Amino acid sequence: MIKAAVLVFPGSNCDRDLGESLVRFFSCQVQYIWHKESFFAEHDIYFLPGGFSYGDYLRSGALAAHTRSMSSLREAVAKGRMVVGICNGFQILTESKLLPGALLRNKSLKHICKDVPLKGENEFQDAPNGFSLPISHSEGNYIAPYEILQEIEENRQVLFRYRENPNGSLHDIAGLCDKSRRVIGLMPHPERALFPTKDKREDMPLFGRYFFEKIFSLL
Amino acid sequence: MFPSDRAGTKEDALNLGLLEKEYEKICMLLGRTPTFTELAMFSGMWSEHCSYKNSKLLLRNLYCESPRLLARPGEENAGVLKISDNLAVVFKIESHNHPSAIEPYQGAATGVGGIMRDVFTMGARPLVSLNSLRFGYPTDKRNRYLLKNVVRGIADYGNSLGIACAGGEVFFHDSYSKNPLVNAMTVGIAPIDKLASARRGQAGQYVMYAGARTGRDGIHGASFASKEISEDSFEERSAVQVGDPFLEKLLMEATLECLHKGLVVAIQDMGAAGLVSSTSEMASSGGFGMILDLEKIPTREKDMEPYEYLLSESQERMLLLVEREKVQEIHNIFAKWELEAQVIGVTTAAKELVIRYQGKEYARLSPDFLVKEAPLYEREFSPTRRDLWQSKAPRPIFEGEDLETIMEIPLLSKALEFFSKLLSEPNFASKAPIYEQYDCEVGLGRIIGPGENAGVYRVGEGSLALAVTVDGNSLYVAQDPFEGTRHTVAEAYRNISAAGAYALGITNCLNFGNPYKPDNYYYFRQAVLGMSQAAKELNVPITGGNVSFYNESEEGPVLPTPTIGMVGLLEDEKEALTSHAFLDCEIALLGFFNPRLEGSLFHYLKTGILSDRLPPLSLKEEKKTAGLLLQLNKKKLLRSAIDLSSGGLILGLLRFLFAGRRLGQKHLGFAFKSLSLLREEFRNYDTLFLGETASTYLVCYEREHRDKIAELAQREQVPFRYLGETEASDSFSFGKLHISLRLLQEIYEESLRVYLR
Repeated sequence: MIKAAVLVFPGSNCDRDLGESLVRFFSCQVQYIWHKESFFAEHDIYFLPGGFSYGDYLRSGALAAHTRSMSSLREAVAKGRMVVGICNGFQILTESKLLPGALLRNKSLKHICKDVPLKGENEFQDAPNGFSLPISHSEGNYIAPYEILQEIEENRQVLFRYRENPNGSLHDIAGLCDKSRRVIGLMPHPERALFPTKDKREDMPLFGRYFFEKIFSLL
Repeated sequence: MFPSDRAGTKEDALNLGLLEKEYEKICMLLGRTPTFTELAMFSGMWSEHCSYKNSKLLLRNLYCESPRLLARPGEENAGVLKISDNLAVVFKIESHNHPSAIEPYQGAATGVGGIMRDVFTMGARPLVSLNSLRFGYPTDKRNRYLLKNVVRGIADYGNSLGIACAGGEVFFHDSYSKNPLVNAMTVGIAPIDKLASARRGQAGQYVMYAGARTGRDGIHGASFASKEISEDSFEERSAVQVGDPFLEKLLMEATLECLHKGLVVAIQDMGAAGLVSSTSEMASSGGFGMILDLEKIPTREKDMEPYEYLLSESQERMLLLVEREKVQEIHNIFAKWELEAQVIGVTTAAKELVIRYQGKEYARLSPDFLVKEAPLYEREFSPTRRDLWQSKAPRPIFEGEDLETIMEIPLLSKALEFFSKLLSEPNFASKAPIYEQYDCEVGLGRIIGPGENAGVYRVGEGSLALAVTVDGNSLYVAQDPFEGTRHTVAEAYRNISAAGAYALGITNCLNFGNPYKPDNYYYFRQAVLGMSQAAKELNVPITGGNVSFYNESEEGPVLPTPTIGMVGLLEDEKEALTSHAFLDCEIALLGFFNPRLEGSLFHYLKTGILSDRLPPLSLKEEKKTAGLLLQLNKKKLLRSAIDLSSGGLILGLLRFLFAGRRLGQKHLGFAFKSLSLLREEFRNYDTLFLGETASTYLVCYEREHRDKIAELAQREQVPFRYLGETEASDSFSFGKLHISLRLLQEIYEESLRVYLR
């Protein structure tokens, strides 16, 4: 059984969605870690959930990056533990410098909530046909200096690219990993592609399942 | 001890928005002159916004009967209906029109915040929210500014709070230019045994204040909302509150934790007229008194006067009544969520509300004076002229054009031009550019999201799901308020039925002009009567609602706008019906299709004339058709359904196809097979395609089920008319015309976007 931890900050709002999905669909053992707690790197994997940690004050993810739980997370990363940040979790990872680059306001300056077609790369190059996931964010416009982008591409760190760029991200980047390939951040919400819905493509639940199974296979 | 504040004079009363005779009543009730603080308290509580003084007598008779009912209307913050042995649905809709007219972003945001608090104060976790919006025509710059910022305000607040939004409805008409309408609805789920109340308590308990600090924002907000919008309104910007969804999120989690641990005796959020209304309503209904020490209230501004503490409408605050031994635990829970919770007073056996500040008394009066003795008026009404809105009629865009001519001489270019105009008209175009800004999935309840018949969300117990919708038809109501409001209820009922759910309950938001004008009051009165009758005929209880008067500027009142929110239940989420057409299926009309061009939105856009001839409506037929639809769905004979409303058959059909194409069926076309038959029956193409009708759905089903469906329809005596079939193509074929759906779809989906840039 996979031991997963979900870090929870004031203002996180996808923490339960993520944790309950991990239990329901993948029989994980899930522990929620409050921002004031420190912890030992005793879990198999750490998730940073979506939401608006600290109300997005200052910048999205900026305050969460300086919490006690994040200090512990850095130690876990140093020990080679796997970390996945989704949406606000991705923003926290860039603000923590655990991932390169930054996420700016969407080019349209508007929140965008819809399903977007994606291209999986590297570890995710075997993504199923029609691979797409839901996004819901105001700040998903990925940016990094030219040299860093070069480096990211050379190291093959990009894991997901938008097929129809919704937010202005450079190189259509929707998700990437660090050099160690153990820290992953992405704007799309794979946990929202697990339950069947009626008004989406029928194969949507396969895509969420694919994402998590792939992640677990990398542990 | 006599209150130590200065006396409140008649001039003060008038300045605070009270009437002279109301001031006299206050003096009589108290048996003395009120203090200034007391007078300010009366001005809040006796404002239209808090007292419903001009509507309560009418609203008392609203139909509300259901074995599922867990609270009578008006008893609690929101309507409560039982949906299973363990769970209840808690729902309500509320307006935030005036603040949104002045400061659209904050006005709309705090509107969302307020209605969310109403729901989680009851111990329910919000499941999904909706909204109903009205703006002036978006070709105008100011109207676009209001539209953009209201939508952004709703999105930012709801998304950050983490409550899914299933969209809603929008309508553009120039009567709303100065006075947009923002109605926000929230639907929540509570365990029945954890339902909280604002109406419990006794002497000897502690009054706790929790949440955000108090500032001067929103003072006189309730009385500000109780007059017309004018140039002066913009000077009153300070009467608009400022919202903080992050604080609300913390407050929601802390409140629900306290309620679910059973730590609270009674609870009420501080909405309109802030501390005065929450304390006086709690004390009045509980039959006890309260002593409050204002200096214990956490503030974020200096030197606030007692009346400012009392009337502040600072957001994200709660009032709790608790037993003494629970104080510490509550304090700890709020501290965990980084919020303050302070004891600010005690309840007493003497039925008096005593307000003290730094040891001095500023008010001492019976809470009943504020709540139960508020004046109630039955206003004058007189049947009115519909030319009230003549100057606001839209510029005719379809002048001289009609489908009849286009079909007679089938010219593709003419047809394309006509359909482009139709689908790019803001009132017909897809609202996706708006609802795409709302997070419709957080919470993972979504089964069917925005842009469909109704939102369908799972409630987290077995396969139970709720269908939710909000609907309004201001145009119908302006043409005939009684029939128009019956139509509105019927439309919402069709939304719910088309989603495969059966209707449970109604909440409503009644947006009208100044009630002191007999014209306006006539519309209001007829609408209330029509709504109640429709609810009774359909057997769906009205569990509560909200009244918003004074939606009026020097240019006149807005179109009368009763907004109907409805929730429905699905025992099995798999039975949820979408409004997507499917490939290799047939499409038919099910129901009492009886289109009438006069009174339709198309007719109005074409002529600018409000007629008084609405489509005929029989709620018996409405019920019968919905019953048959649900029966066919249970027998798994249907793939999908969509109800017909504004825009008639053509808009229903095109939306049906566009939705199917969005679902990954990029080649999905449709060919009419029974056009000449229909043309014969309904005399001309304009009536057939653009006329509006009640009690009708388009249904999509597999060919082999046609006979069975027809047979069941005949048995139930519901008309069934075969239209044609879907095909793997890009074209919409009717008669000799074949139009590219890809082209039409792009116009339909993108047209509104330019107004939101």
